[in-house]
Amino acid sequence: MSHPAEPTAIPAHAHEHEHDHGGTGVYAKTLIGLLILTAITVAAASFDFGQGNVVIALFVATIKASLVVLFFMHLRWDKPVNAIIAMAGFLFLGVFIMFCLLDFNARNNYLPSNLHPVPDMPLAPGTAPAGEVLHTNPAAAAEGGEKK
Amino acid sequence: MSTTSVDLQTHGHPAAHAGEHAHDPHHQHHFTTMEQQFDTSKIGMWLFLATEVLLFGGLFVGFGMMQARYPREFVEAHTHLVRWQGALNTVVLLISSFTMVLAVQAAKKSEKGKQVLFLGLTILCACIFLVVKYFEYSHKYEEGWLPGRFYSYKGDSIPACHAAPPGEAAAAAPAANAAPCTNGYATFFSFYFMMTGLHGFHILAGIAVLTWILFRAKRGEFSASYYTPVDLVGLYWHLVDLIWIYLFPLYYLIQ
Repeated sequence: MSHPAEPTAIPAHAHEHEHDHGGTGVYAKTLIGLLILTAITVAAASFDFGQGNVVIALFVATIKASLVVLFFMHLRWDKPVNAIIAMAGFLFLGVFIMFCLLDFNARNNYLPSNLHPVPDMPLAPGTAPAGEVLHTNPAAAAEGGEKK
Repeated sequence: MSTTSVDLQTHGHPAAHAGEHAHDPHHQHHFTTMEQQFDTSKIGMWLFLATEVLLFGGLFVGFGMMQARYPREFVEAHTHLVRWQGALNTVVLLISSFTMVLAVQAAKKSEKGKQVLFLGLTILCACIFLVVKYFEYSHKYEEGWLPGRFYSYKGDSIPACHAAPPGEAAAAAPAANAAPCTNGYATFFSFYFMMTGLHGFHILAGIAVLTWILFRAKRGEFSASYYTPVDLVGLYWHLVDLIWIYLFPLYYLIQ
């Protein structure tokens, strides 16, 4: 975009050409897309798809987030270095989530209620009185006893 | 700016640029060109946004873990949230992102009036968001749907120590009465207030910086040659919107 008031300024502002994208029409379409997707998520939540509900909600949210990042935040037209930084953020978030899920799935089925009746003194595994320690699983009982 | 520094920074560039750079009051001497200065600021902003993603990411992971641990309680607790209020706030924030991007566009085109108008509309949307949030929070406060040990609502269908399987419920009940036991409802509201509260503080910070930018725009400080602050505040504002895009379905729409 050239600036009529300062013709000599054009070389210094050459970078503006890279940012001369979007426009009100593109932004309005993005907004309409986002509003439609919001309506879709709200509508989808009134049906019971079991585990599918979370998947649909997160999938639609990710499409919405992509629209915001690509058009409103200009990443579609921006220098690649900014996209690399943004993607690095999401990549490490993905690593974080993945390892937490691996850890969560590898744990025994422990519940806070299991931890209440455990006596103060630590017991050797297998010696816990049957009536007091309320574990369904002997391995978890041993673990809970040691932790306490 | 001394003549020597002008000579240094324009080294290797056509002389025509030198005069222009020297006269741009926003051009800091340690950057070769205005473009480099703009790009550097933008990279810095994106790095900050990446840390913000990780900050909220940790809370989202925690929320996911706890939802896996208390699936029944989380689903039931979320029915205490008013869905239309969450949806209204989503729409308000999306519209504020739209007005923000129009403000940035107006700054790029040196349109002062539109800049002030759209920044004002963005701040207005942010305030509407906080007003809705205020009604949500005060309702929860009155009903006792509060985080952790402050949780005092008695009307839950699943009794006190919710995590106890049916056969063990009787044995677990005395312990629950003796000391406040960690339950899924309180955990849900701990996460709810932590995450929406942190997001709310981001909205407040957004209003502060938007107001600052609005006053600078009113003074006519931004134009096609310099609009970096408007652009960066815009990026921040879109990120706040983006976080809400995930908060809304996870809190208000879980099944």
